Amino acid sequence: MGGLFSALGSFWSLLVHIFDPLCGPVGIFTWLAPSTILACGDTGWGDEIALGLQVTVSVAIVTLPIGLVIGFLVALGQQSEEKSLRLAAGIYTTIFRGLPELLTLFIIYYGMQILIQYLLDIAGYEGPPVEINAFVAGVIALSVVFSAYCSEVLLSAFRAIPKGQYEAGDALGLHRGRTLRLIVLPQLVRIALPGLTNLWMVLLKDTSYVSIISLSDILRQTNVAVRVTKEPFFFYGIACCLYLVLAILSSFLLVYIDRWAKRSEVRR
Amino acid sequence: MSYAEKLIAPQAAPRAVAKPMTAARLTGYILVAFWALLAAFLILTVIKGWDPDKFTRYGPRYLHGLWITLSIVALSVVFGAVLSLPLAMARMSGNRVLNGLAYCYIYFFRGTPLLAQLFLVYYGLGIFRPQMEAIGLWWFFRDAWYCGVFAMTINTAAYQAEILRGAIESVPHGQHEAAAALGIHKRIAFFKIVLPQAFIVALRPYGNEIILLIKGSAVVAIITVLDLMGETRYAFSRTFDYQTYLWAAIFYLAIVEALRHLWNWIERRLTRHLKR
Repeated sequence: MGGLFSALGSFWSLLVHIFDPLCGPVGIFTWLAPSTILACGDTGWGDEIALGLQVTVSVAIVTLPIGLVIGFLVALGQQSEEKSLRLAAGIYTTIFRGLPELLTLFIIYYGMQILIQYLLDIAGYEGPPVEINAFVAGVIALSVVFSAYCSEVLLSAFRAIPKGQYEAGDALGLHRGRTLRLIVLPQLVRIALPGLTNLWMVLLKDTSYVSIISLSDILRQTNVAVRVTKEPFFFYGIACCLYLVLAILSSFLLVYIDRWAKRSEVRR
Repeated sequence: MSYAEKLIAPQAAPRAVAKPMTAARLTGYILVAFWALLAAFLILTVIKGWDPDKFTRYGPRYLHGLWITLSIVALSVVFGAVLSLPLAMARMSGNRVLNGLAYCYIYFFRGTPLLAQLFLVYYGLGIFRPQMEAIGLWWFFRDAWYCGVFAMTINTAAYQAEILRGAIESVPHGQHEAAAALGIHKRIAFFKIVLPQAFIVALRPYGNEIILLIKGSAVVAIITVLDLMGETRYAFSRTFDYQTYLWAAIFYLAIVEALRHLWNWIERRLTRHLKR
């Protein structure tokens, strides 16, 4: 069993290496900067920055589905007929849209640490102090912020769908869940997609905050490089360019998703 | 013809229909109870951990940090607005070069994180020290506070330019034509007819941008500016008391909520001639 996992792990790392856009076999740094400060390997900072890029992208990609699901649930709560549910969802969005992302990150990072330590102390745990994973804390904080904004986008999309659509579902004898899934959701995606696109771009930029709780993302890795090489302008410029490239690539991808979502719309 | 000889005697109100306990209701109650418990727990920790010594030592520092945050945001909003007008103009002009330059500027500053821009300005521009000393700008880029204001200004200018452009382009073309038909000079038509209408469209995005900027201003704490977030980090590093973050959260929430309500009021007031 362990052998299988390690084989899978090494296969995965090989795959990541092959498709690494910076330091892979066809990477930019491998070809354009083999013997400079950006070289891959022990002589340059290319592989460190490539690792940072991986962390940034994986934080964003892990956060997105979690944030979307929580945001969808919160939006359902906000448009429910039940008063207490609306109140609870309203408190959630007010708090997490009002707090700075950085503060949310700190509150969750240190708060979780203190809470877990407290619970363990009650349970009679004696050992080294607990340190929670920065990746987990970063993903939780970012998905909380993302979901608060996402719920507002989805809520306004829900309101843009006429009531007649639900009534049509009832008239066809569809169950509530099926109405939601077959009739409302496809339209919801179409209406909410521009707003969600913006939120994805904001999320990509917000991932830079995880560098402050010492998760080695692009900015953290360039920070380390700057401290060693004393070339701040060059390395921070590279970091900015990487974020820019991520934004450009995702905007290309989102055009395709938009086209896919609108595939069944009437051509005008 | 018949008529009623006797009025119907007053009846008791029908009994209120007892609402059934649905799953949504139960979930709602549980969630509200969770929030209430959390609030009670936080208030309790604040009361239990109350330390007048900490309050007198860090209270004034928090207020000073609040002042720094507000002044940085106010300055960068104003300077950003000034800078955004020519940017929006360039973006709308027919000149290919100007348009492209403005597009690149806006794309760069909207596509990269504020934190990276801040590092680029504060640490990155440091390598041009001899050149800047020669033209006498070093005092500006040496100071973290100035760098924070500068980075946030150029960042918000990009966003505000886009808001302004969208708003100006949303004014119907007939307004320009009507002004031309009345023989009003183009510049006067722009400032007195188009811009006021554009500002009404731009009002809500501007409010959002200011709120985002207040939230974004927390990152200047990373380059050692002692704003509200910076003072919080300072207090936390001295006391390891979790309350420090709670106080910062209360301050930020209060600012953002106050601004949101103020902005709603301003918008209602300024658009009252559009209500039917």
